[in-house]
Amino acid sequence: MSSVADYPELSYIRAVNLALDESLQTHPEMIVFGEDVAIPHGPFGATKGLLAKFGDRVFDTPISESAMLGAALGSAMGGMRPVVEIMYADFLFVAMDQIVNQIANSSYVSRGMLKAPLVIRTQQGHTPGACAQHSQSVEALFAHIPGLRVAVPSTPADVYSILKASIALDDPVMVFESRKLYPTKGQVAVGQDDSGIGIARTIQTGDDLTVVTWGTARALVEESVASGAGAGASIEVIDLRWISPWDSSRVLESVSRTGRLLVVHEANTNAGFGAEVVSTVAEELGSRLRASRRIGLLGTPVPSSPALAQAVLPTVARVTSAITELLKD
Amino acid sequence: MQLSLADHYREMLIIRLVEEQLMVAMTSGLVSGSTHLCIGQEAIPVGACSVLRKDDPLIATYRGHGWALARGVSPVDLMAEVMGRDSALNGGRAGSAYLSAPLNHFYGENSIVGAGVPVALGLAIACQRAGDGRVPLVSIGDGAMNQGNVHESLNMGSVLEIPMILMVENNGYAEMTPSHALTAVPAIARAAAYDIPGFETDGNDPIAVASTVAKAREIALAQSTTVLVEAHTHRLAGHYSGDVQAYRPAGELQEKHESCPLARAEEQLTQDEVTQIRASVVSYIAHEFAAATQIPAPSPEGAFDYVFSS
Ligand SMILES: Cc1ncc(C[n+]2csc(CCOP(=O)(O)OP(=O)(O)O)c2C)c(N)n1
Repeated sequence: MSSVADYPELSYIRAVNLALDESLQTHPEMIVFGEDVAIPHGPFGATKGLLAKFGDRVFDTPISESAMLGAALGSAMGGMRPVVEIMYADFLFVAMDQIVNQIANSSYVSRGMLKAPLVIRTQQGHTPGACAQHSQSVEALFAHIPGLRVAVPSTPADVYSILKASIALDDPVMVFESRKLYPTKGQVAVGQDDSGIGIARTIQTGDDLTVVTWGTARALVEESVASGAGAGASIEVIDLRWISPWDSSRVLESVSRTGRLLVVHEANTNAGFGAEVVSTVAEELGSRLRASRRIGLLGTPVPSSPALAQAVLPTVARVTSAITELLKD
Repeated sequence: MQLSLADHYREMLIIRLVEEQLMVAMTSGLVSGSTHLCIGQEAIPVGACSVLRKDDPLIATYRGHGWALARGVSPVDLMAEVMGRDSALNGGRAGSAYLSAPLNHFYGENSIVGAGVPVALGLAIACQRAGDGRVPLVSIGDGAMNQGNVHESLNMGSVLEIPMILMVENNGYAEMTPSHALTAVPAIARAAAYDIPGFETDGNDPIAVASTVAKAREIALAQSTTVLVEAHTHRLAGHYSGDVQAYRPAGELQEKHESCPLARAEEQLTQDEVTQIRASVVSYIAHEFAAATQIPAPSPEGAFDYVFSS
């Protein structure tokens, strides 16, 4: 086994590509399909080279998200292991029925006889200039649905291991990648298996404040903390990685020590998953939770212009001032 | 192997009497909620299942008791599921409108209009890749032809060359509105739109249905394509239990009863055959129903299992 130092630096998108490639080798029943994934290599390059290597196990479909996701469920129940790419998470909404009414129910209602080993890969969030229909962060909508597993990986290492583990799993998993993060690089534990389904990662330990984050917001938290937010206070940072099922015991253990909780996500604050995190901690810890805050989108559709987007999306400055405020309590 | 009309009749009568038994069970309070009965449409599942392979995947709608029974689900299991008991099918998790029998390759009813079609397309992709000659059939109502996902699937089945049969049971109504008031062109006309073969059949004649489905199945495999079948029939019960059917023109039900698949089969069979089959099916269903009422309700502790498979 190679040591950590030997792990290659890969971009996030290349880590996705490698996870798909290795999984196609491991699981002969796996297929990959979606819009422009085969001949054009995927709109973001996630499926580059897979057609050449795996032939018709990788194929292009019409622009028909309902049919694609229904076909994922049917082929999964029929013994395959489909991985479907939905180009933008915003497009999931034209196929909500297949996800919510069909895919999510199949195991439960059949008492596990109709398994749905499928992965819906998509990417989400805002990048400069993107319109309101290509900028949303929608993971909380799916965490609300029993029967779906939902991951929001924030690093190349996590997206690699989460994808591989999700593909091997007999449950439906939605993996929310990020096109903003696609070019970012990091060490990837190639060949290592991830048994951490539903498990969060503690990025740094601390005693005064717990910051819970995931996806693109992790970088804001890291930048804020690195730039000295909290002026010497000891801050614990947890990347949730999965929001359903989620690692509540890790968060509870942390806040039981720190007494303060900040949740940061790119998705809208109102009814966002941060509300679930805070209320779970409040229910379990009662007055041991001394103070909490949520940071997310400020209740608007995401405007295209960078000048406007900056005003409504979470920023490093907002994270830093929330940290400062929380530490006053 | 073609079944005789007497065999078809027996199968259709089982479905009819199960549905009628469930109506009685409803009035005696043994069924919670509503059901959608397939009375009048029995020839379609019976005819189709007589020529499909037993392992051809099947998907139906909420009006799918007939498909489950025609696929070999026993009446006791089906009635127990509808009555919310700990049935061998889904242990009470599915009820009347969403039941499945995976061991019989019945991937289930679907309570979202049209939504079974994309799922069947996926099963068809799996069958095609397995290369073992199985062809899925998915049944929908004529009203479902106006759902977008049905069109997405027909197009995808056509361009990706996926062998599958889409059975459209045109029973005259979509809920309480006559079909012709809702649909610009007949279901069969959509086949040409997607460049796939389409066949119409007499949905009140199990032998006609059988031969049409056999042909559709053969073509689906030989030409590697999705095939549409429109079967003309009539729903003789309400859309759901409790539907008073005030929307029906006077005399319609009477007239349609006379041309229903059972009445038509009875005209062709001898009096003796009919009497004998009826007597045996009546006592069979009574016995199965009694057995279903003996099955206990599911234990609430189990309600938390299988949200995930792993
Ligand atoms: C997506 C969706 N819309 C509406 C309904 C409510 N609904 C249930 S059955 C039905 C009528 C469907 O008519 P048709 O497809 O002709 O089938 P039939 O009931 O006649 O067998 C409707 C509107 C539903 N279940 N799903």
